[in-house]
Amino acid sequence: MPPQFAAKRLGKELQKIHNSLPPGIELVSAEDFEEWVLDIKVLDNNPLYKDQTYRLKFKFGGSYPIEPPEVVFVKLPDRPIPIHPHIYSNGIICLDLLGQQGWSPVQNVESVCMSLQSMLTGNTKNERPPGDEEFVRANRLRPKDIDFYYHDNNV
Amino acid sequence: MDSEDDFMSAVSSGDDVHLDDSDNDDMSGADDFDFDDEPDPDLGMPKDIMQKKRVAYDISFKVFQPSDIQKQQDDLINEVNLILDISKEEAAILLRYFRWNKERLIEDYMDKSRQVLDAAGLAHTTTSLPKLEVIPGFVCDICCEDGEGLQSFAIKCGHRYCVDCYRHYLSQKIREEGEAARIQCPADGCSLIIDARSLDLLVTPELTERYHALLNRTYVEDKDNLKWCPAPDCQNAIECGVKKKDLDKVVPTVSCLCSHRFCFGCILSDHQPAPCNLVKRWLKKCADDSETANWISANTKECPKCNSTIEKNGGCNHMTCRKCRHEFCWMCMGPWSEHGTSWYNCNRFEERSGTEARDAQAKSRVSLERYLHYYNRYANHEQSARLDQDIYHKTEKKMVQLQRESGMSWIEVQYLNSASQALQTCRQTLMWTYAFAFYLARNNLTEIFEDNQKDLEMAVEALSEMFEKPVTELADPKLKVVIMDKTSYCSKRRVILLEDTAQNLAEGRWTFNVDLTGSGSNDGPSTTR
Ligand SMILES: [Zn+2]
Ligand SMILES: [Zn+2]
Ligand SMILES: [Zn+2]
Ligand SMILES: [Zn+2]
Ligand SMILES: [Zn+2]
Ligand SMILES: [Zn+2]
Repeated sequence: MPPQFAAKRLGKELQKIHNSLPPGIELVSAEDFEEWVLDIKVLDNNPLYKDQTYRLKFKFGGSYPIEPPEVVFVKLPDRPIPIHPHIYSNGIICLDLLGQQGWSPVQNVESVCMSLQSMLTGNTKNERPPGDEEFVRANRLRPKDIDFYYHDNNV
Repeated sequence: MDSEDDFMSAVSSGDDVHLDDSDNDDMSGADDFDFDDEPDPDLGMPKDIMQKKRVAYDISFKVFQPSDIQKQQDDLINEVNLILDISKEEAAILLRYFRWNKERLIEDYMDKSRQVLDAAGLAHTTTSLPKLEVIPGFVCDICCEDGEGLQSFAIKCGHRYCVDCYRHYLSQKIREEGEAARIQCPADGCSLIIDARSLDLLVTPELTERYHALLNRTYVEDKDNLKWCPAPDCQNAIECGVKKKDLDKVVPTVSCLCSHRFCFGCILSDHQPAPCNLVKRWLKKCADDSETANWISANTKECPKCNSTIEKNGGCNHMTCRKCRHEFCWMCMGPWSEHGTSWYNCNRFEERSGTEARDAQAKSRVSLERYLHYYNRYANHEQSARLDQDIYHKTEKKMVQLQRESGMSWIEVQYLNSASQALQTCRQTLMWTYAFAFYLARNNLTEIFEDNQKDLEMAVEALSEMFEKPVTELADPKLKVVIMDKTSYCSKRRVILLEDTAQNLAEGRWTFNVDLTGSGSNDGPSTTR
């Protein structure tokens, strides 16, 4: 993979993002082609996420978009980690779209944000994934090195 | 999916590949060989009579080397090539598409050849041959390029991307993810498989070798009754008819030509007599409790009599304190003198009376003690196997030296090698008997099991002790006979234990204190890799 491959694509994405972004998605920073930060909001009145803003960190490898980016929620005083049965309290997301099998190179930063928005919109369960506490305590792996079982794709 | 798998395994076990009684047990000695040389063992004899001749834990399997695997594929390809009157190249593509299920391929092809060819990407018209195209106004959705003269490619779904992106995508799939025969279209949600001809067109020369190697692997990976030997650098595959649903009744242990012994059910190293689900559970428990348990497997302990520090440097559990000459057992710290007697139980955990464990705290302490009792012994045999191995290597070096000085031949010192191998195998079995015992609920059979375990353990410790003798003594012909006797006694005890456990497992007579039928895995992420 030529090193400029990811940069070229990300440059085009950035151009488009600067022009316009769907409602509820905001670019916080994109200093280079390795790490971007975005904020997302849930647009409907789902009481679980009402009036909250969540922060997302994207990390891109050299073979993006052939390979998926690494995406996690980041915790800040005014940016909690959204409660969801597929989001661990350390911000790690269990979503097949972000895994090697479910990823398509046609996806992009914007479409990932939108998928996460709709994943939150559709959720009614006020709970963390099973084994959250144990996982958060024990996990030393980066998200891309974890084998998630996408046990239930309708949440 | 399940029904299809069943269908396919039913087909493949019934015809061309026929299982024979390979000898899979390096412990059972030479008498297995003449059995193999018999021209045809089942001369019309009913199947169940044949099987009674085999020991209960012995399952039939066959080892295939790379050339065998290649030949089987070639044979199938040739057969399909003749029957269906298509080229060998096309036959190979169709067979891979049908996951090497020849019967279903032929049946479907006879029925609706056009659809079959179409689905596998082999449509007959020349216009449909895959080719690169330049399309005016085309924008690639992956790299966002729209340059004039940009070459692009699409399979039948019409999802079109530039050639560069397509090649990057394929190289990621082939090189990083090890896929070849079933790579999907890059479009989101499109599950159309990129056909072999398109791949031939797109796969770049530096990837071709890996691509074809992966294609070859699909033959083994697509068949339920074939598995690769997991030993590093081993290219052999094992064929075995044991199915997933049988795994609570049998522990299908196979051994490869490379001498690696492993479980066909879960690919882990030989874990007889414990069934796969029990092993999975035990390993998870040990990993979770590793901090509690770590101090136990330490190499040093204190002499129970004079408190001086004693280091374990051999596999044997019989310890003699250098300072006070006290002899004790490393495992239970009890006096060694009692270990030979029939009433002493080093292997059994004595359940305390219920009154002692009234409150919750005491109960949890007892359950921890119980776990530690078994873990201790499990970990000890694992460690002792390593120490035995170390000592053997040291001994082997000295034997070479001795050989030079005393004129003994290489063959004459091989008994040490056999003894060491027997120790390794027996310790591996012993190790798993403790995981097995941890989950075993008491019934009228557990006592026999514990006696067998104790007998094997005593035999192993006695043999292990031999290795600690100085080399000059080892070379004594009298000691050689003793070691050979002890070696075959160990192997015999192991066979007895395994037969008993396997028989009862097959007949469902063990009861376990946990449910082993479910997978036992909780969903969510698994952090083991
Ligand atoms: Zn492109
Ligand atoms: Zn497609
Ligand atoms: Zn092997
Ligand atoms: Zn197994
Ligand atoms: Zn002492
Ligand atoms: Zn003992």
